[in-house]
Amino acid sequence: MLQTNQLQFSYTGAQTMTFPDFTCKKGEQWLLLGQSGSGKTTLLHLLGGLLSPTKGEVKVGETSLKSLSTAALDKFRGKHIGIIFQKTHFVRSLTVQENLILAQQLAGVAINKTRISDLLNRLNVGHKLHAKTNELSQGEQQRVAIARAIVNQPEVILADEPTSALDDENCEEVIQLLEEQAAAVGATLLVVTHDGRLKERFEKQIVIE
Amino acid sequence: MTLSLVLFALGVGLISLLLILNKQLEDQFEKNLAGINLVVGAKGSPLQLILSSMYHIDSPTGNIPIKSAKALMNPKHPLIGQAIPLSMGDSHQGYRIIGSTYDLFGLYNGEIGEGKLWSKDMEVTIGATVADKLGLGVGDGFYSSHGLIIDDNLVHDDAPQFKVAGIFKPTGSVLDQLILTNTQSIWKVHDSHAHEEGESEEGHAEDDHEGHDHEESQQSAVGSTQDDNHDHDDHEGHDHSNHDDHDHAAADTPKVAPTNESLITNADQSITSLLIKFKSNNYRTLNMQRNINENTDMQAATPAFEINRLYSMMGTGTDALQMLAYVIVFVSGLSIFISLFSSLRERKYELALMRVMGSSPTKIFALIVLEGLILAVLGYLIGIALSHIGMEVLAKYMSDAYRYSFSGALFLKEEIYLLFGALGIGFIAAIIPAIQAKNTDISRTLGK
Repeated sequence: MLQTNQLQFSYTGAQTMTFPDFTCKKGEQWLLLGQSGSGKTTLLHLLGGLLSPTKGEVKVGETSLKSLSTAALDKFRGKHIGIIFQKTHFVRSLTVQENLILAQQLAGVAINKTRISDLLNRLNVGHKLHAKTNELSQGEQQRVAIARAIVNQPEVILADEPTSALDDENCEEVIQLLEEQAAAVGATLLVVTHDGRLKERFEKQIVIE
Repeated sequence: MTLSLVLFALGVGLISLLLILNKQLEDQFEKNLAGINLVVGAKGSPLQLILSSMYHIDSPTGNIPIKSAKALMNPKHPLIGQAIPLSMGDSHQGYRIIGSTYDLFGLYNGEIGEGKLWSKDMEVTIGATVADKLGLGVGDGFYSSHGLIIDDNLVHDDAPQFKVAGIFKPTGSVLDQLILTNTQSIWKVHDSHAHEEGESEEGHAEDDHEGHDHEESQQSAVGSTQDDNHDHDDHEGHDHSNHDDHDHAAADTPKVAPTNESLITNADQSITSLLIKFKSNNYRTLNMQRNINENTDMQAATPAFEINRLYSMMGTGTDALQMLAYVIVFVSGLSIFISLFSSLRERKYELALMRVMGSSPTKIFALIVLEGLILAVLGYLIGIALSHIGMEVLAKYMSDAYRYSFSGALFLKEEIYLLFGALGIGFIAAIIPAIQAKNTDISRTLGK
């Protein structure tokens, strides 16, 4: 489902980063471990098509991201890849529901309000449907971000340091939610982290130096 | 954002206000030109003569004796198709009373709406606005007052009352603002006056006394000083019997439409001006104007020429205002640009996020451009609303001051061009921020 092949990337004027080849099958849950500055966020962006590699390629399903134009890549990402960022960002002028509708709309998926409220209920934030995103607590924001990442039933979910800012209890809860929701939509999950607490939870791990 | 909007609305509003104001002024002047080729009156400013005799917004230049104007008033004149005599000097509540013939309202396609035309001395037929504003109806009476100023001291309350015989239908022209009667009625009210004046004028009716003549007759026409009024009262008693006789005679013979012929016979009397329509325009009519100006104690002025002169004088003022309006619009465009640009900084996460969620760079570009356009349209709408409300408010003051009706409900096709202009400015202001937004590096933005 998610496959890398001789991936290399360099920021202008910086050293070239080389990433290991790996293949994640459909429905598998992987942990990508690395220290700060090891380029794991860069790798996540390459996987999500936010950056294009200097060399090599990323394949999501049967599609090579390289082969897509910018606009097509944006659409593909919206539809097939859900990304949860380290810091949660929303369109501030919109409510929780509207943010999720926007995600459906921009990906070119039919608007489905029932799916949105079901999803939010499952994540225990159903009562915040009509709240503005800046009225949410940190934990609630993270749940809504997860909801937005999976609302279009993507094939791949990428999560960037979802737990680094959380205490043990919340860390456990968020990871559990991610695992559950990925399983619920049958998506391949890749969690990028330097958080040692997660090492025990994932069998499949990629380590980059 | 709000500041840009206010600025933009202000600029658009000012331009639109100037447009509708100009348009209405020109319409008024145009409509009231009424095909008149020449205005003949006492010597003085030609513009003043035109403004007073055709638009009724200035004081007359003075009076002209009938014996001077006789030749022009002759219906058999080879060049003149129509010569309409006007006698002014009095008003009622600021609305001017004009002594003339039935030809006058024909100029403005006036039609009787209620009652009938004046047929006897001291009968008046009033314009629609006069009837409306003063609440005058058929059969009502009033005393005229001297000059064009509303002042109780100047009321001719010793002279006979005017009686409303009829009311014209609204025409949208200056006729709506006038009180029409026959020339004799004006003479009657001013009898003592005119008599004195007539005699003195007879005394030195030579060209070299022109200046003097002018002064004197101007006083009679628009005497607005306390002194003049006093003078008038003094002579009132003296002339009263004379007066009555006249009235009697008038009542006996049922008057048909007063014609120029009937006026010409009163060689001692005077009128204020003559509105002249030529049979056709040719070199002889051109010569006629010069002839009158050079060889008589009267002056002749061409309305179209004087009005164009007036436009060009007003033009400088409106041009300056228009420049100011364009500067405001330009600054507001700049302000839209700056606010869009700085708001990008705050929204770059949102925009990057939208890219992640599937929107293409082109869509982001369109989004920012759309924002500029919406701002422009909003500013435009507020501006247009402001200008029309402003015009409506202004119309109240202006109709009080000039007795002309203006309206804020007039929309021009230029205002549609203005919309395109506004959209253009919105687009230009948004285009650089939009390109910037389109080229945002989403990885770098969201990676932080």
